[in-house]
Amino acid sequence: MARISLKDVRKSYGTAHVIKGVDIEIEDGEFCVFVGPSGCGKSTLLRMIAGLEDITAGSLSIGGREVNDLPPAERGVAMVFQSYAIFPHMTVRENVAFGLTIAGASKAEKEAKVAEAARILQMEHLLDRRPSQLSGGQRQRVAIGRAIVRKPKVFLFDEPLSNLDAALRMDMRMEIGKLHQQLGATMIYVTHDQVEAMTLADKIVVLKDGQVMQIGSPMDLYHNPANLFVAGFLGAPSMNFLKVTVQGVNGPTALVANTALDRVEVPTGGRHFAVGDTALLGLRPQYLGVSEGPGRLHGQVALTERLGAETVVEVTLKDASPLIAALSYDAVLPLGAPVALDFDPTRAHLFPAP
Amino acid sequence: MAVISSDNRGLRLAVRYAVLILIALIFVFPLVFMVMSSLKPSQQLLQDSANLRAFLPVGDISLNNYFAAFQRAPVATFVFNSVLVTGVTVLFSLLVCSAAGFAFVFVKWKGRETLLAILLATLILPFETIAIPMLLMVAHLPWLGVDGLTWGWLNSYRVQIIPFIADGLTVFLFVQYFKDLPGELIEAARVEGASWGQIYRKIVMPLSGPILATAAILKFLVMYNQYLWPLMVTQEEGYRPVMVGLQYFFQLNVAWGEVMAYLSLITVPVLAFYLYLQRAFIASIASTGVKG
Repeated sequence: MARISLKDVRKSYGTAHVIKGVDIEIEDGEFCVFVGPSGCGKSTLLRMIAGLEDITAGSLSIGGREVNDLPPAERGVAMVFQSYAIFPHMTVRENVAFGLTIAGASKAEKEAKVAEAARILQMEHLLDRRPSQLSGGQRQRVAIGRAIVRKPKVFLFDEPLSNLDAALRMDMRMEIGKLHQQLGATMIYVTHDQVEAMTLADKIVVLKDGQVMQIGSPMDLYHNPANLFVAGFLGAPSMNFLKVTVQGVNGPTALVANTALDRVEVPTGGRHFAVGDTALLGLRPQYLGVSEGPGRLHGQVALTERLGAETVVEVTLKDASPLIAALSYDAVLPLGAPVALDFDPTRAHLFPAP
Repeated sequence: MAVISSDNRGLRLAVRYAVLILIALIFVFPLVFMVMSSLKPSQQLLQDSANLRAFLPVGDISLNNYFAAFQRAPVATFVFNSVLVTGVTVLFSLLVCSAAGFAFVFVKWKGRETLLAILLATLILPFETIAIPMLLMVAHLPWLGVDGLTWGWLNSYRVQIIPFIADGLTVFLFVQYFKDLPGELIEAARVEGASWGQIYRKIVMPLSGPILATAAILKFLVMYNQYLWPLMVTQEEGYRPVMVGLQYFFQLNVAWGEVMAYLSLITVPVLAFYLYLQRAFIASIASTGVKG
C-alpha cells in the first residue's frame, strides 16, 4: 500500500542546505499537511517526494519501495500545482485524459475514466472547453481531475488553493476534504495557511528552516505544541506570549507571575525550568475570558474588532504588553475601559524564553 | 497634457495612417519597380527610371524579358534547387534546433551551460572566416549513397543543406522562448508519466507556434539568399541556387529587363512562404490562448 516514509532526508544546493534531515512517516490513506512559513522547505520536500527534485541524502520510500532514484512517473504519484499547470493547447477532456493517453489507454477506457472524474468533480459541462475559457476554480478542478483519473496511490497538492479568492478557497477546501474521504488515497498537502492545515489534516507536519518542528494530529498540535514556533504558528488569532518569571517548580507544574499577572500554577509540558528563569507563558485568545471576580490579568481595552461570531479585543496589560482575547460576540468593552481577564491555567503553555 | 477631443483624435488617426502608408510605400516601391521594369525593353526601362513612369506599366509592355530570361539561364532548375535546399534546411533546422533548445532548457545535464555558451559564441563568427576551412572539410567528407561510399561532397544538395541545419542563432531563439514557458507545465507532464520525447512533442512543440514561425522565416531568408557558399561548392549548373544564377545575367552587356524578370520570378517563392507563415503565425498566437 501507499505508506510513505522519509528517513533523514536532506537537500542541498551547493553549500545551501534547504532540507536538513527530515523524518516523517505517513500512513496509507492518511491526509498529511506540510505547513510552515515561506521558505521553510515544504514545497521542496513535496517536490522531492514527487521526483521533481533530487534527494541529496537519506531515503524516501513509497509503499515499502525505495524511490530515491525513480523518475516521477514510476512513483505512482499525481500532483496538483499551485498554478494548476493545465495544458493551454488542449481541451479539458484532453487535459484530464493526458496521463491515460501517455500510458496508452484505449479510447473507451479514457472516456469512461474521464466521465467518472468529471462526475466526481461536477465538471461534465466543461469537458470540451479550453483552459482560457475557464475561471480559476474551474481550472483547479481540471488539475484535480487530471490527478484523480489515473487512480494514483498518492496525491500531492502544492498550495492548490492559494490563487483562489477567499470564498472559493473555502468551497474547494471542503471539496478536497470530501475527495479524500471518497478516494481513500494517501494525500500530502502543502500550504502556508494554518486554517487549511487544521481543517484538512489527519496529520500535520510543521516545518521551519528545513527542519520538522512537530508532527501530530491537528488537535494534538493545537493543544500540546512542542515549542514556541508551533504554538505561535497554529491558531488564529495566534497565541499570546507573556514574559513571566518562574517562582516555583512543582513536578509537572510551575508557579509563574509578572507585574500584570497574578501568581498562577501552570503545566510545564515536560519542559525543565528553574526558579528565577524567565519564561514565556502562552495563552490562546480563545481561552481568555472576562473575569467575574478579581481576575488574573489586568489592563485596558485598546482595540475592539467585532467579527460577528466573536469579538476580538486587544488589551494593553499593566506592564504595557499587548494581549489578544477572543471573546463572545456580545461582549461589550468600551475603549479605554479597565478590564480583568481570567483563564483556565491547565490550558496555558510554558516555554523557555529564547 | 493635450486635451483629447473628437476632432483632434480624427486628425491624429489621419496623421498616423499617413505615416504608416508612407512607410509601406517605401517598402513596396522597389518591388513595384522591379515588376514593372521586368515588362519593359531595356532602353525604355533606363529612360523611365529617371521619373515616375518607372512605377507604372506604360509604354512597350510585354513578357519578352521573361522568355529571354528562360533562354539565358535554366531558371526553373535554379528555383527548384533553391526551394529544395531552403525547404529541407528549414525543416531540419526547426527539428534539430528546437530539440537542442529543449535539451538546454528542460533537461538537467552536466556541462550544458558551458556548451550553450560555446554555441552562442559562434554567433560572433562571420561566415566568411570559416568558409575556406569548411570548404576544405566538405571536399573530403565521406558519403554513403546509392552508389556506395564516395568521398567529397562538392556538387551536391547535401553540401548546401547539412552545414546549415544547426546554427547558434536558431538554438538561441528556441532557448529564450522555452525559458519563458511555465516550468510547471513540463513538471506536470513528467508526473503524469510523459517521457522527454513526449513532452517535446505533445507539450512544448504545440505551444511553440510563434517561435517556429519566426525561426522558419529567418532561416528561410538566410538560406534563400545563399550566394558565397553555393558558389564555392557547386561547379555544376544542376545544383546551383537562384542567387548564383544571377551571375548569368551580368555578363558583357547587362540586360536589365531580363535581370528584373529573373528577380521577379525568384521573389515569388519568398513572398508565398512569408504570406503562408504570416497566417500560421497569427493563427498560432490565437490558438495557444496566451493571455494574462
